[in-house]
Amino acid sequence: MAREIGDVILKMEGISLSFGGVKALTNISFDVREHEIRSIIGPNGAGKSSMLNVINGVYHPQEGQVTFRGEIRRDMEPHKAAKQGIARTFQNIALFKGMSVIDNIMTGRNLKMKCNVFHHALHWGKARAEEIEHRKKVEEVIDFLEIQNIRKTPVGRLPYGLQKRVELGRALAAEPSMMLLDEPMAGMNVEEKQDMCRFILDVNDQFGTTIVLIEHDMGVVMDISDRVVVLDYGKKIGDGVPDEVKNNPDVIAAYLGTSH
Amino acid sequence: MLYREAGQFKASYEADQQIFPILQDRIGVLLLIGFFALAVPLFADQYWLKAILIPVLIFSLAAIGLNILTGYAGQLSLGSAAFMAVGAFGAYNFMLRIDGMPFLVAILLGGLCAALVGVMFGLPSLRIKGFYLAVATLAAQFFIVWALVKIEWFSNYSSSGVITAQQIEILGFAFEGPQSKYLLTLFVVVVMALAAKNMVRSTTGRSWMAVRDMDVAAEVIGIRLMRTKLTAFAVSSFYCGVAGALYAYTYIGTVEPEGFNLDLSFKILFMIIIGGVGSIMGSFLGAAFIVLLPIALDVFVPMLLGDLVSSSFVSNLQLIVFGGLIVFFLIVEPHGLARLWQIGKEKLRLWPFPH
Repeated sequence: MAREIGDVILKMEGISLSFGGVKALTNISFDVREHEIRSIIGPNGAGKSSMLNVINGVYHPQEGQVTFRGEIRRDMEPHKAAKQGIARTFQNIALFKGMSVIDNIMTGRNLKMKCNVFHHALHWGKARAEEIEHRKKVEEVIDFLEIQNIRKTPVGRLPYGLQKRVELGRALAAEPSMMLLDEPMAGMNVEEKQDMCRFILDVNDQFGTTIVLIEHDMGVVMDISDRVVVLDYGKKIGDGVPDEVKNNPDVIAAYLGTSH
Repeated sequence: MLYREAGQFKASYEADQQIFPILQDRIGVLLLIGFFALAVPLFADQYWLKAILIPVLIFSLAAIGLNILTGYAGQLSLGSAAFMAVGAFGAYNFMLRIDGMPFLVAILLGGLCAALVGVMFGLPSLRIKGFYLAVATLAAQFFIVWALVKIEWFSNYSSSGVITAQQIEILGFAFEGPQSKYLLTLFVVVVMALAAKNMVRSTTGRSWMAVRDMDVAAEVIGIRLMRTKLTAFAVSSFYCGVAGALYAYTYIGTVEPEGFNLDLSFKILFMIIIGGVGSIMGSFLGAAFIVLLPIALDVFVPMLLGDLVSSSFVSNLQLIVFGGLIVFFLIVEPHGLARLWQIGKEKLRLWPFPH
């Protein structure tokens, strides 16, 4: 592989998050290195999605510290994370249902657009040039994901697997340095999963995008991840390369249960 | 056969991203504008211009305003009429208090006043959604009308806040007859409708729709919720404000704040629901439907029933038929006339084949 795993770019230290009396995350620490594929696994309700929400600023942990690219984070908001190059997809598809595939992916590039509402009202000169320039980039994403034939279809009409792919496209359009993927393969059949795996590996390989992945399909996780962190009931029970995690007795207990 | 886009290949993104990508649409829109700008003023009589065409155009503009806010940005509002009032009274005061104020600048400034007020009343949208927001905008509706009556300065100390629109004059030409007023209204409405179409097909519009469809996802990809919602309120209120100014200057002439009441707000809401939520075209169709239906009933009901029934019965019957038709419409096509139009176009593409 061309990519080389670099230094730590995201460091989570002692993260605790609770909603009222419910503790979603308890004192969790882990790090993510540049260009790696880092998976977060765990049984339902383990706090995986909460973890992603902490990383991109939707949730604010009560305790702990997040360091992204050497900068300690304060008052995080989602759009600030987006500006720092963190993109994400959602567990249950969060596309803009009323819009076409092109428009959905175009919104992914909104941070790179400079024109204001007055330019848009005229749609002449600068605004038009900008629209065309970004359309080119969007078409590159469309080519990459092989969804040329549905580019003008409203996303609400697409089958589930394609919607997931469009959502990946929207995240990709922002040219992020880190992507958070929340169960990109949930509910897919084998072929769709294979396609999605290929796209994730290609993104990682060609663009060097760091990927943080939540996934339930253990075959996939163990195959494509560089390192895996395991959560259960909001606590970290395992962390390491796939082989280590596979043989970790705590992880086996969490997934299969043990006789005491 | 006429409406077939086969063979129209786009070789550049520029060509693919035109405002009307299909040749027949472009020709159709030009013909439509040409018809309403050239043929109609020549042949239509005073009644049609004054009582039908001018109000349809003005309400279309207001409906576009509300559609931007509700249809595209997904923020429910019941204050459209109040924002129209701000535009009307704003334009009136600019005309009144500044010597030699050009008319077009005055209505734009009136619109800007409305935009400012709209942003103020849009602030709650950052915290509340849906029906609760509708109730918050209801406050705007009542407060603004109350303020315009109560603060007499706005109406230049006339009794009960009635204002009479000044003579419209642009570059020395006085707009007196319905013909010239109609053309002026048409010009403003067409320019603003095209601008609205441009907005909704570019980043601004995509951000609005993103916030409407899934606000959490929108925020995560970097769309600022506050800025996007307030822009929607500003642009929407601007459109309503300009519509209000035209309402006073080219349609009614003498208006009072009470004329811009909740009934009118609801009327505009019906227009976008019937016309099509989230469609510029639908705004025109909805406005035409709501303005024309009572007039059509006025003509046809007595024609059918003749002298059998009293006139009071006829006017009551009209209300019933009006309400019934709206309900029927919403059941048959919940996405409004714009959707019917779209289905028609799709059928036309395949005609004479069924599939």
